[in-house]
Amino acid sequence: MKLNDEEQAMLAGEAGIVAKTAIEHQIKVGKFFHAVDFVPVTQAHIMADTESLGQAGVVWLERLADANEGGVRIPTITDPRGTDFSKASLLGQAEWMLELERRAINAFTRLGVSMTDTCINYQTVLQATRDEHVAFGDTGVVVYSNSVGGARSNFEGGPSALSAGLTGRTPRYGYHLDAHRQATIRIKADWTPKTLDDWGALGGIVGKLAGNYWQVPLLEGLDRAPTSDELKHFGAAMASFGSTALFHLLGITPEAQRLSDVGADKLPVAHRVGEKDVQALKNHYAVEKDIDVVVFSAPQLSIYELRDLATMCEGKQFKKPLLAITSPQVKPDCDRFGYTQRIEEAGGTVLSGMCFYQSYAREMSETKGWKRLATNSAKLVNILGGYGYVPMLASMNECVEAAQTGALQ
Amino acid sequence: MSNASHKSRHAMGKRVVGQALVAHDGFSARYDLNRLEGVFSRPAHKLVNQSYVDKILVLDTAKGGVATAWMLHEMRSRNMVPSAIVFNTVNTILAQGAALGDVSMLAGFDVDITSQIPHGAMVEVDPEAQTIRVLSPDEYPQTTSGDASTRKVHGPK
Repeated sequence: MKLNDEEQAMLAGEAGIVAKTAIEHQIKVGKFFHAVDFVPVTQAHIMADTESLGQAGVVWLERLADANEGGVRIPTITDPRGTDFSKASLLGQAEWMLELERRAINAFTRLGVSMTDTCINYQTVLQATRDEHVAFGDTGVVVYSNSVGGARSNFEGGPSALSAGLTGRTPRYGYHLDAHRQATIRIKADWTPKTLDDWGALGGIVGKLAGNYWQVPLLEGLDRAPTSDELKHFGAAMASFGSTALFHLLGITPEAQRLSDVGADKLPVAHRVGEKDVQALKNHYAVEKDIDVVVFSAPQLSIYELRDLATMCEGKQFKKPLLAITSPQVKPDCDRFGYTQRIEEAGGTVLSGMCFYQSYAREMSETKGWKRLATNSAKLVNILGGYGYVPMLASMNECVEAAQTGALQ
Repeated sequence: MSNASHKSRHAMGKRVVGQALVAHDGFSARYDLNRLEGVFSRPAHKLVNQSYVDKILVLDTAKGGVATAWMLHEMRSRNMVPSAIVFNTVNTILAQGAALGDVSMLAGFDVDITSQIPHGAMVEVDPEAQTIRVLSPDEYPQTTSGDASTRKVHGPK
């Protein structure tokens, strides 16, 4: 890789051991992907829950923090943590999990990282703009920022996102390059979803059809512009099912006002997707009626989703736990507007700053006896099978009804 | 299937010899593994219930989220990690995780690599040469137990 004077100084250790460690990691990755040079980035977003980090990852962070070299050079924020400390007992989390979280938070803070603890920073912190190069580290954040905002990021795992924060740059490969942003597969929607779970299911189908990280699906045929929450579920599921980092919606997302803008005029329509396909994906997960827990998470809920949920909870008394998980930025408004009270009066719980699958989901299942899980998140159902759950996908309203009756109808 | 050497476009890490676990399926440490027990745990995965520890995984594509970037490092710290991962198509996360976790990796072939390497075969992954090849029995590494099936060798040829 071609390094400028500043980068060569970092590599030589002239900017300290932390910057040297970071840029060495970045060069290793950059060479793997044949990056020619680095590109400056304006923001970094780090996924680093302690279930992923483990003891080894926390020690690695502490070693960087212990160097006391000043930390990150650009605004650097965090993805959800592995707990809501105020509700840890409700989740059945053990003290060692919380202690590991505290150590990770302490290390990040000493490195100058802002603990935003959110996977919806594009709705709550600062949305990246068109052609802005960033280093984001949650697949849902990346696919939304790239596709809806027109920003430029690869999936940056925690070590790489932190490295970008510490050096202020990232290797220039993948979605930082124009060549990778052209459509590679053209899909026609014969139906436009109405509910968030259906948007997620459609995203999951598109992701599966796209198949891998380097494919860029273009979707046409939608009869209206989706809302931010709809695109949030659509993109997060696509990234989860397909490892997709960029999609285009014809006439809607900024880089695809015309087919020719992204080279899709040269592609045949490879697939058509309709309501039956969405229902089939949902049916695939509908293996039980009875449920143990309802979870709204992945991505964290916006204030509008919480408003809808609060309305659905009115007059109900839940038999089963219902968890609604949002960001620390949204939670105060949820409290202030009375949504938290309405959800919790029905027997639900509003949690903040975590995400369900990033919070020791396997241990929670074992401790709490939660196995059959209803959610409106297609991303969550795709993830939780590997953690021993039987996840089922239904609308928010159907999930709320299930919390009341104990079964999905 | 053949004993031919297959060259990749992307490579990282040290030379490794070991037994291949092969499937035309995806891979995510978060979605697919029980990392405590060292086995594939996702019910729909083609390698479900099989141990990945010290094996060379030959798979179609990297899937899912960013957690794998940390998880390979954590798995390495407990010696519960694959020796190498070989993909038809990699994503950025798996490469970043391999870099931190010191896991050898190859990706990007002109053939479907999962159709070229027999499941259970002893193979050599050589990132410097950017190749994977099936070993003949006389090339198997010697072990004190006489069982070469899970033997791994790091370092130059």
